[in-house]
Amino acid sequence: MIDQADFSAAVLTFELAAISTAILLVLGTPLAWWLAHARFRGKAVVEAIVGLPLVLPPTVLGFYLLVALGRNGPIAWLLEPFGGAGFAFTFQGLVIGSVIYSLPFVVQPAQDAFALIGHRPLQAAATLRAAPLDRFFTIAIPQATRGLVTGATLGFAHTVGEFGVVLMIGGNIPGETQVLSIAIYNHVEALEYGRAHILSGALLLFSFALLFLVYAINRRLPGRL
Amino acid sequence: MSLEACFHHTQGSFVLNAELHAPARAVTVLFGHSGCGKSTLLHCLAGLERATGECRLNGTWWQHDGRKLFVPPHKRRLGLVFQDARLFEHLSVAGNLRYATRRSRAGAAEWNAVVELLGLGSLLRRAAPTLSGGERQRVAIARSLLARPEVLLLDEPLASLDAASKAAILPYLERLTTELAMPMVYVTHSADELIRLGDQVILMEAGRTLAAGSLETMLSRLDLPLAHREDASAVVVVQVQGWDEALHLSILRLGMLELRVPQVRSRAGQRLRLRVQARDVSLTLDPPGRTSILNVLPAQVLETVADSPGQHLVRLQVEDQILLSRISEFSQRHLCLQAGMAVFAQVKSVALA
Repeated sequence: MIDQADFSAAVLTFELAAISTAILLVLGTPLAWWLAHARFRGKAVVEAIVGLPLVLPPTVLGFYLLVALGRNGPIAWLLEPFGGAGFAFTFQGLVIGSVIYSLPFVVQPAQDAFALIGHRPLQAAATLRAAPLDRFFTIAIPQATRGLVTGATLGFAHTVGEFGVVLMIGGNIPGETQVLSIAIYNHVEALEYGRAHILSGALLLFSFALLFLVYAINRRLPGRL
Repeated sequence: MSLEACFHHTQGSFVLNAELHAPARAVTVLFGHSGCGKSTLLHCLAGLERATGECRLNGTWWQHDGRKLFVPPHKRRLGLVFQDARLFEHLSVAGNLRYATRRSRAGAAEWNAVVELLGLGSLLRRAAPTLSGGERQRVAIARSLLARPEVLLLDEPLASLDAASKAAILPYLERLTTELAMPMVYVTHSADELIRLGDQVILMEAGRTLAAGSLETMLSRLDLPLAHREDASAVVVVQVQGWDEALHLSILRLGMLELRVPQVRSRAGQRLRLRVQARDVSLTLDPPGRTSILNVLPAQVLETVADSPGQHLVRLQVEDQILLSRISEFSQRHLCLQAGMAVFAQVKSVALA
């Protein structure tokens, strides 16, 4: 019912989503914290850049990434002395693309959650001798769990469903860069509607189940939303 | 052992110019209207707000601009109780307390003492969001004590509570003030809390410290706004001498004088603070003959000033203590009271403070 190529596309998709989400949490959480608490000129510029993937056509983002990550791009030029050759058409390239593409989905809920906590509990923790990093991990992170879980889920689901960016920078190499959404596209192109149905239905069910689970769990988590 | 500070701070159009000296074994009350800068001063003491100036505890500098020294809040040994308690909502009561003990290394003995002092035994397992306002404040106070502070700062801890919760928590605060040796700074705009808890008073107005001194002195200084409040009062310290079981009266000693008040639960020899409102003290030049007033005290007029229209305030010395009396302008003209005159103060009622 599901052949080897479809199966490896599914594995690749979830691998990509898991790695991207992990990177997004590590990079996005401090970024969200900074945006929630820092006051500086040009903050709106940073916020607009983070939010760009929400409105930009994925092909535009994909095009610029292709140029940047490609064989003649600046990244390849930087990596050349170390034997690198750019990331276009590689799994690493997909990870970079996914991280940028899904960044706002992780950062914005986390930023909102951090802003909602405000300074007050953190000041209280400071008077109880908690150093800044201590306060971040023992007060801010636990109280923002809801926002972080929402962000991680949206980032994961959004990466699983990404199409345009992957197509532009990843091409369509089975087992290497071919993800589920592209496999579906290929099946439709080849008029294999039955197989497209199976993959599409599976993705639909998975996405629904994931979101349902998160919204159900979120009711029980702290975060005062 | 004391906390000393001097701050200058500009926040938009608000300017803070404050000096503070808070001795050990005493509650120093920062008293003033809302918005006069009391809380800002407290936050500057804690280092949560950055003012220019100096601040030191027991000779250890927390802030010294001249030496470019600023100790961040988490390295100052202080406890701060906020008006809004600021419990950690994701933790239980015990979790909130443990947050403090983990970092201060307070032991089981201290834990038990503080839990007992604030009556938290039955609350420990409750989640923070399920507590009432009064319970939250008790947990917040316990949490700051378990940080093993060397000075305790309280920022209007009762202001957001209803009357019943206030009444319930005040005894805990009174126990605290008698049992703790460290300096305490207590911010409030309530005269009741000032009189029940204060030893030293720093009066604040529009961002600056107006005057400072002992509670008894500050209450009775006629040049300060405290004596001109509607509920202007003096505080006198008395000693319990005994009681009259049949008449339900306690007999208190004020110097060589005796006071009779409705029976109080105290043992003989104990010192009590009594609050005597200015409006409850009337004056007569001749010793009253037969009167229903229980306490008539020989006194000497120290000073008289005009109060609100038609009213006069008189500062009196009774033994070695001070009383205030508010009389009508008419009475003042009738009696021609002047400094140095001997009078009799008829005290209609007193309250424990």
